[in-house]
Amino acid sequence: MTIAANPPAASDIRPGRLDGETLKDNFADLHAPLTAHEARVEAERCYFCFDAPCQQACPTGIDIPLFIRQIAAGNRTGAGRTIFDSNIMGGMCARVCPTETLCEEACVREVAEGKPVVIGQLQRHATEPAIERGQSPYARGKPAGKRVAIVGAGPAGLACAHELAIAGVESVIFEAREKAGGLNEYGIAAYKTVDDFAAREVEFILSIGGIEIRRGQALGRDVRLEDLRRDYDAVFLGAGLGSTNKLGLPKETELENVIDAVDYIAALRQAKDLTALPVGRRVLVIGGGMTAIDIAVQSKKLGAETVTMAYRRGPEQMKASPYERELAQTSGVVIRYWARPMALEGHAGAFSGVVFENASEDGDASRSVFRIEADVLFTAIGQRGAPEALDGAEIKTKDGRIVVDDQRRASLKGVWAGGDCVFGGQDLTVSAVEDGKQAARSIAAALLS
Amino acid sequence: MADLRTDFLGVKSPNPFWLASAPPTDRKVNVERAFRAGWGGVVWKTLGEAGPPVVNVSGARYGAIHGGDRRLIALNNIELITDRDLEINLREIKEVKRAWPDRALIVSLMVPCDERSWEAILARVEETECDGVELNFGCPHGMSERGMGSAVGQVPEYVEMVARWCKAHSRMPVIVKLTPNITDIRQPARAAKQGGADAVSLINTINSIMAIDLDRMTPDVVIDGKGTHGGMCGPAVKPIALSMVSEIARDPACAGLPISAIGGITTWRDAAEFIALGSGTVQVCTAAMTYGFKVVQEMIAGLSDYMDAKGYATIEDFRGRAVPSITDWQYLNLNYVAKAEINQDLCIQCGRCHIVCEDTSHQAIFARVNGKRQFVVNDDECVGCNLCTLVCPVENCITLVHKTSGVDPRTGLDYGRPFADWTTHPNNPAVHARAAE
Repeated sequence: MTIAANPPAASDIRPGRLDGETLKDNFADLHAPLTAHEARVEAERCYFCFDAPCQQACPTGIDIPLFIRQIAAGNRTGAGRTIFDSNIMGGMCARVCPTETLCEEACVREVAEGKPVVIGQLQRHATEPAIERGQSPYARGKPAGKRVAIVGAGPAGLACAHELAIAGVESVIFEAREKAGGLNEYGIAAYKTVDDFAAREVEFILSIGGIEIRRGQALGRDVRLEDLRRDYDAVFLGAGLGSTNKLGLPKETELENVIDAVDYIAALRQAKDLTALPVGRRVLVIGGGMTAIDIAVQSKKLGAETVTMAYRRGPEQMKASPYERELAQTSGVVIRYWARPMALEGHAGAFSGVVFENASEDGDASRSVFRIEADVLFTAIGQRGAPEALDGAEIKTKDGRIVVDDQRRASLKGVWAGGDCVFGGQDLTVSAVEDGKQAARSIAAALLS
Repeated sequence: MADLRTDFLGVKSPNPFWLASAPPTDRKVNVERAFRAGWGGVVWKTLGEAGPPVVNVSGARYGAIHGGDRRLIALNNIELITDRDLEINLREIKEVKRAWPDRALIVSLMVPCDERSWEAILARVEETECDGVELNFGCPHGMSERGMGSAVGQVPEYVEMVARWCKAHSRMPVIVKLTPNITDIRQPARAAKQGGADAVSLINTINSIMAIDLDRMTPDVVIDGKGTHGGMCGPAVKPIALSMVSEIARDPACAGLPISAIGGITTWRDAAEFIALGSGTVQVCTAAMTYGFKVVQEMIAGLSDYMDAKGYATIEDFRGRAVPSITDWQYLNLNYVAKAEINQDLCIQCGRCHIVCEDTSHQAIFARVNGKRQFVVNDDECVGCNLCTLVCPVENCITLVHKTSGVDPRTGLDYGRPFADWTTHPNNPAVHARAAE
């Protein structure tokens, strides 16, 4: 990633567009945590449905009616435990899950009155004390003398490791980066996970014991799959996705200030001082998913004057939910639909704008070409699988992602996989946790039977 | 505009809403505030005998049950009768009655159970020119340990005896306030009538401990580490009061005995319900102690609007109208069949009707139809118990439908069978016995 501050031409990119206080406010918690009374009143709204639709909509199957009833009955610890029983990352999921398309969309009160029980916020309320204490509520199982190698300390890998620890299986996690947490640490929008929550949650999970993390260890670079298969009783692959997709337009790699949104967000998440981060005056984002929304909103919060999100199709097709779109729009982001990028323009080697074609399906008559000028272009059009990381192993993949069965077993004996690196997933923290949990159960069954 | 004026034992008030004898009516300042807010009458907080007044605790007197949103569902108290000097109370009563001649002002009394004590207090109260007295035979805490309050109300013979003394020693109307802490409320009511009382008022508060503090291992409301039972009131007690009022209203032995109803009256509707059961006036305490005196304005407007909508010009036009519909179980029509019906357009698919029926009742609601989540009543099993309609969070989504034609798939019997109750039912042992004779 190259960001040129104040290039000689027209580009206006500089750090410190807003002062530290304003940035602090802008990146504060998106939702303030519920007070005990608010939580109790909200919990009373839950109907305790039979075979609850919210629970069915949860990829990890959290017993939502039960934990909400426990909040209503004043048992916050028990409510947390109910959540962790199904999802040890219930704390992060409470913050980042697109609840509006999962549990809260299924809530019968959404059906009845358009106002679902705010399950995500209640989940945060319930999980907070345990994570605050930093101690997993589960006891590590009696060591069974088995050891599993886990690739990637993201949600899938950590969930797998914790579930294995409960079963008495030790694990060693090989993490390519310097910090554990995966996208929770490097990818999620900063205002969704304040106060170093991702790192605190990792500590909470590791507190169960029996989990070793080796940092700076990338598969295919520092460790080899065949060695892991030889040295460990099982291998779980949870390495996430590889490189990001490119627009495939000329000059994409040459022009300065054409930036991969994933890289910039990682830099933002790790920045000690947001006033030091270079920010464009006019920001253009190409993409229609969560990453596009996250970079657009955060650019606005960093002080960009205008932020435009260009998406090649319409709102119906957009992966970002209406809730996320509304968040972007109320943050001052302009969303342009049916905008297909045709060409990148530059001036003196620096990006200056994109020429788009109107891609609406209303017929050829409406086709037209338009230009959006900007100082920075963020591309956020998805990430690819990383088959290269499989180290040449004979593992069945599809679209660059690992194919697994319902127990998350890969085609290679002794190898399980989960999270974003497997085919057919939802690319969500919560589904990665479910993958890790299911894989761990399958591994434990295989090793301990 | 409906005419809300009431004439209860010759005591007139501009509306049927009286404040019950309780903390809100302990002093002139409170009572005048109440009258300014629109209350039709008050029953002054219970006076005791002359001499050193009773002493209240200087700590928590009230406990409560809250809903999750901290709405007050019930209140209880351990306050005794007035702890102010008798002379001050008598003076203030006289002043208030003079200043507010159009409002009802009844004085509640509780003195030891001997004729001389009652005679003495009645003479003093009569001097205030108040409209009548209410004998407090109801308070279940504190004073009952001293042989007063509910200790009297629980013994019909005492009720009758004291009522008779009061009628003998006073020209004022006498209302006997009954305790619900008794098995058959008709017994003290009959005794009051027998003793010559002009009316009964009910219910007084119910023996209660509101909660136990599980950290301190004491009642949740304590005085220096100890607690005691109090008297419970508020919305939660209304059904008990309705039942007790109805028992007296339909008791032939109590026929014609006027009733001033008390028990959880919070809105106009609660009041109207008690009037429909024959009450001439209603008394309120908890609603005022929860929201202040202004609540009476909602009650007055609501009752008036209801009466206008129904074409009732006066309270008397609908007073007691619901009484004939209340009967003993044995007279209910056993050939009447109703079954639940779920309005699929209103259903939000929470499934509570299904699970409560499945787990706790008759397994009469399907959860799936053609493999899809849908809740439908199974007439083959439905006994029309009403549980599903009550637990459904959507108003009017589930209704009970009276079946009049066809055959009940549950019993194989015709829906249209004529009235028959338990007294003539072949399964009734008494019917067998009669047949054998």
